Amino acid sequence: MEHTSLLERILRGAALALVVIFFMFPIAWIFMMSFQTNETILRIPPQLVFEPTLANYTALITGKLMTAAGTLDIAFMRNLGNSVFLSVTSVAVSLLLGVPAAYAFARHKFRGSEDIAFTLLSFKFAPALLVLLPLTLYFQKLGLANTYIGLIWVYQLICLPLILWIVRGYFEDIPADIEYAYRIGGHSWFATFRKIALPLAGPGIAAAGLLAFIFAWNNFVFALVLASADKQPVTVGALAFITSSGIQYGQISAAIVLSITPTLALALYAQRYLVEGLSLGAVKG
Amino acid sequence: MSPSALTISGVDKFYGPIDRGVHAVKNLTMDIDKGEIVALLGSSGCGKTSTLRMVAGFEEVSRGAIAVGGRQVHTLPPVKRNVAMAFEGYSLYPPLTVRENMAFALKAARLPKSEVDAKVASIAKLLEIEDILERYPSSISGGQQQRASLGRALIREADLHLLDEPMGQLEPQLRAVLRGRIKHFIKERGLTAILVTHDQTEANALADRIAVMEGGVLQQFDTPDRIKERPANLFTGTFVGEPPMNVFEAFVGTARDKIKLRLPDGLSLDYDKDAFSAPVRDQLLSRERVVIGIRPYAVRRSKEGVPARVSANQWLGDQTHIAADFAGGSLVLVEHDRTRLDLGAPINVSIDPKNLHVFDQASGKAISHGMELA
Repeated sequence: MEHTSLLERILRGAALALVVIFFMFPIAWIFMMSFQTNETILRIPPQLVFEPTLANYTALITGKLMTAAGTLDIAFMRNLGNSVFLSVTSVAVSLLLGVPAAYAFARHKFRGSEDIAFTLLSFKFAPALLVLLPLTLYFQKLGLANTYIGLIWVYQLICLPLILWIVRGYFEDIPADIEYAYRIGGHSWFATFRKIALPLAGPGIAAAGLLAFIFAWNNFVFALVLASADKQPVTVGALAFITSSGIQYGQISAAIVLSITPTLALALYAQRYLVEGLSLGAVKG
Repeated sequence: MSPSALTISGVDKFYGPIDRGVHAVKNLTMDIDKGEIVALLGSSGCGKTSTLRMVAGFEEVSRGAIAVGGRQVHTLPPVKRNVAMAFEGYSLYPPLTVRENMAFALKAARLPKSEVDAKVASIAKLLEIEDILERYPSSISGGQQQRASLGRALIREADLHLLDEPMGQLEPQLRAVLRGRIKHFIKERGLTAILVTHDQTEANALADRIAVMEGGVLQQFDTPDRIKERPANLFTGTFVGEPPMNVFEAFVGTARDKIKLRLPDGLSLDYDKDAFSAPVRDQLLSRERVVIGIRPYAVRRSKEGVPARVSANQWLGDQTHIAADFAGGSLVLVEHDRTRLDLGAPINVSIDPKNLHVFDQASGKAISHGMELA
C-alpha cells in the first residue's frame, strides 16, 4: 500500500469533493427543479426549501401540459419511446456490423484496410450540419425521410465509427497466438472468432456499445431535421416546452430527469460489468 | 518407404510484397523423417519462428511447398493440417483452467471423458503441474504457464508437434529434468517434433538433428555431433559450441618441410607437412589466405607453443575458462582443473593439427576439419 500522510488525505478528499460538487450540482439542481412549479423555480433568490409537487411528472406522463394560456398536448412519452427504440436499434445494428469489421481490421492487413478504417472514422470529423442538407434531399428522394429506418441509418454515422475503432483496439490487444492455439487445436476460423475473440473483447465491446448508446441518445440535429413529431426522440421533443406562454422549467427538468434515467442506469450497470470484465482479461502473467 | 513427416521444398517467406518485402526465409529445403526430433537453432530474426509458423499455417508461404506426411498442406487452414503447437507466449485461454486448457483439443476431437482425464493426468505428472490443474492461467507463474502450454501441445495425437521455445521460462534444474522426460515421451510415442530454440544446450540435448539458421538461410542441417565436429561454415562453427570457437585469419606459407600458418603480430603456427593428410595439405597449399578455427577445448598449453598473454581467468566450478591476448585477437581455452594464472601472465599454446578447422577466407565455407576435407 502507498503510504500517505493525514494532510495529503485531507487535501485529496477536499479536491474530490470539489469535483463531485462541480459535476453533480447541475444534476441535483435539475432533480430539485423537477419537483417545483415554475413560480417557485423563478423565485429570487432561489430557495432550497419548497413544497414538492408531482405535477410536472403527471403532465409529462399524461401528455397534458397546463400553461397559463391553456392545455397543450405533448408527446413526451412517445418521444422517450422513440429515443429508446432509435438508440437501441442503432447500437444493435452498429454492433452487428462493426464488431466483425473491427475484427477484420485488427487481424487482417489487406490492401487499403487502413484507408477504409480511416474513411469510416472521418465520418465523425464532418460537421453534422454539413452532411445534413444533401442527406435530407437524398432521403426525400428515396422516401427515407421521416422513417425509423432512415434515422437508424443516419445514426450509424454516430455509432459505427465509434464501435469500430474502440473494438478494433481491444481485438488488437488479444495476442493472436491465443487464437492460433485454438485454431490449431481443431477449430475453424469462425468458431475461434466466437469462442475466443468475442469473449475476450467482451468488456471492450460493452464499453463501446455503451458509449455509442449515449451518443445516439444525446443526438439532436439529425433527428431535428430528419424526423417529424411522431418519430422525434426526447432531445428534440424537449423543444415543445418552450411555449408561447413561457418556458416550462419544471417540466423540462422532469423531462431531463426521465430522459437521463435510462442512460444513467445503463452506465451504472455496465460499469460493474466493465470492471469485472477487465480484471478477468489479464492474458499474460 | 513411408513419406517424410515433413517436407519443406524451396520455401521463401516475404513480409510485404513478394521479392520486395522483408525476405525472412530464403529458399529453405528440409526433409524430416517420422519419429525424428529436429531443432531449428539460430539467433533472433534468423527465420526459425517464421518457418515454424508457416508449417503451422499462421503465415502464408510466399513461394515453395510444405507437405506433412506426403500431403501438401501449405494452402490449407491450420485446422486441416493436423499439427500441434506450443507457443512461445504460452497463449493459454484465460477463461479456462489449466486442465480445460490442456483437454480442450481432445474434447474437440470427441474423445471419451475418462480417456481425456487419464491423458491429462499423465501429462501433468510428466510436466509436474498436477497441483495447478484447477487454477486459471492468470494466477500461475510464467514457468507454470509454459508447462501448461507445452502439455496442451504434447497431449494431442498430431502428425507433427511444433514447439516454439518450449522451455525458455523454466528454471535450469527443472529444464534439465524436463528435457529428458520430454525426449523420452516423444520417442516412446514415435511422435515427430520440431523445436525452435536459441539455446544450443537444449537443441543438443533434445534433437536428433539440428538445423542451424542465420539470415533466413539454412546453414547446416545435421546431427549435433557432426555440427560440432564438422561445421559447414564459419557461422555454424562460431555459433554452435560454448565457449565459441576461436577464429583467426591466417596466411599460408611454407618453409622447408613445414607449413606455416602466419597469424597477425608476427606469430605463426608451424606444422610438419606430414602432419596433415595429403588432401588437406593440397587444399591448404593451394590457397594464400584461410580462416582457421580452434575449439577452446582443443587449445593446449605447452612449453614450446606460440606465446600468448592471459587477459582473463574464470573458474566456473567445474572448468576454467582462460582468455588470452593472442595474434591481435583473443583466444579462449578451457581446462578442467583450477588453474592459477595471474592476469598478464605469459603462456604458450599449441594446437594439434587434428583439431584445426579450416575455412575459406572469402565465402566462409569449411575446407577441412582436422585430417578430413569438408
